Amino acid sequence: MNGELLRDLVPAVIGVLVRRGADFASAEDAVQDALVEAVRGWPESPPRDPRGWLITVAWRRFLDAARADTSRRQREVRVEGEPVPGPVEAVDDTLQLYFLCAHPCLTPASSVALTLRAVGGLTTRQIARAYLVPEATMAQRISRAKRKVSGVRLNQPGDVATVLRVLYLVFNEGHSGDVDLAAEAIRLTRQLAAQIDHEEVAGLLALMLLHHARRPVRTSPDGRLVPLAEQDRSRWNRHLIAEGVEVLQNALARDRLGEFQAQAAIAALHADARTVEETDWRQIVEWYDELVRLTDSPVARLNRAVALGEADGPRTGLAALAGLDPALPRYAAVAAYLHERAGDPVTAARLYAEAARSAPSLPERDHLTRQAARLNSQPRR
Amino acid sequence: MAKYLLLKHYRGGPAPAVDWAPMDQWTPDEVDAHMRFMHDFGARLEETGELVDAQALSPDGAFVRYDGEGRPPVTDGPFVETKDLVAGWYVVDVESWDRAVELAGELSAAPGPGGRPIHEWLEVRPFYGVPAAVPE
Repeated sequence: MNGELLRDLVPAVIGVLVRRGADFASAEDAVQDALVEAVRGWPESPPRDPRGWLITVAWRRFLDAARADTSRRQREVRVEGEPVPGPVEAVDDTLQLYFLCAHPCLTPASSVALTLRAVGGLTTRQIARAYLVPEATMAQRISRAKRKVSGVRLNQPGDVATVLRVLYLVFNEGHSGDVDLAAEAIRLTRQLAAQIDHEEVAGLLALMLLHHARRPVRTSPDGRLVPLAEQDRSRWNRHLIAEGVEVLQNALARDRLGEFQAQAAIAALHADARTVEETDWRQIVEWYDELVRLTDSPVARLNRAVALGEADGPRTGLAALAGLDPALPRYAAVAAYLHERAGDPVTAARLYAEAARSAPSLPERDHLTRQAARLNSQPRR
Repeated sequence: MAKYLLLKHYRGGPAPAVDWAPMDQWTPDEVDAHMRFMHDFGARLEETGELVDAQALSPDGAFVRYDGEGRPPVTDGPFVETKDLVAGWYVVDVESWDRAVELAGELSAAPGPGGRPIHEWLEVRPFYGVPAAVPE
């Protein structure tokens, strides 16, 4: 059994422990301990029933910890022996765990960390590395988050939108380390989609699959950003695209549009174009209209201006840009692109240089500096 | 072993040895060569087992200070053009001061326009060490 399959079992096992009377924080610790034991022992002697094994070992660890705790505090032992397990409701347990880890009382960073540990089964060290913070810091963040949700009962219904925001963050803000956070986000969203029939869960899953399909060519081997128009489309992952499109179509068929479905639809239209010239910009603009209507997000308006520039020409794109706040992230980069297409390389070069100065990441800064350098070194009439 | 900070500046420090145009005025190939050099420099430090940390800072930001009970902190920013501005750093763990200087020299030779070294000033600063277990 590989690590991912093993980690698939984590939420259900935590759920069983909680239903047997363990508090969430201790249950989660006990399951992590059991995971460590599994990773060590299973290659030699794999259990016949991995889930049952994890439950047994985790429960034993929980009892040990509870006894140590109570004797330390000179209290009476409250937990004795193994109670009769309740009815198995693994599906519901897993779902409740997603809600708990994304609880609105937590900050986004805490929700992300707790989700990766309690639902994803990653170790604190792996999570710390993925977010480039010291392990002690991440351990503290996770234990504070656990304390904060300790009073929340697992059977309260949650808001699926909060869970989706957390999964989206995991997908979008991964760094490095030995864990592929984008792949982990897809695994967790897939697992969620199997638990709950919700069009936006499917929308987010489709969005992730469609973007993940382009990942191998989005950066060059030396770390340079490769813009969509210049990517080698033959190297996009067609399996992921096909799956993403299918998931999306099923979601859209329910006729309850949401922002993730709209974003996925835009990604699907790009994925559908064999060459950049084949891109159906008209339809993409329409999806951005939907996205703006759904979210009223200035970022969606900014991206809409780019699509409009492609569909109706750069002047129309620039006109759409005129109504937006120039302080928006990436505003200068979008303006630079549209000005270049409108035949004004001098303004475009100045704006690219300005965009480089306020770029949110080094690869973006380098990319924008290159764009400015390219325009500045062109012979001018 | 001792740790040193190799500090890069957007501006400030001694007068530039060579006053190059900003990078967006270089040719795309010159920009690429420079970025490849920086990428390789970090990779080489990792290979030699001397790299501790490398970070880059955005030129944005502000100075901030306490302004009294119940009042929000005072900010002073964005940074004025004339002042010293840190751009990023490498932290290296090396045998000696000489090795730290050697590395800073290599970094300062990053290629600029025409592939010529930019001769950028780098600030090299020793970290305080830990007290020795065996005092001499």
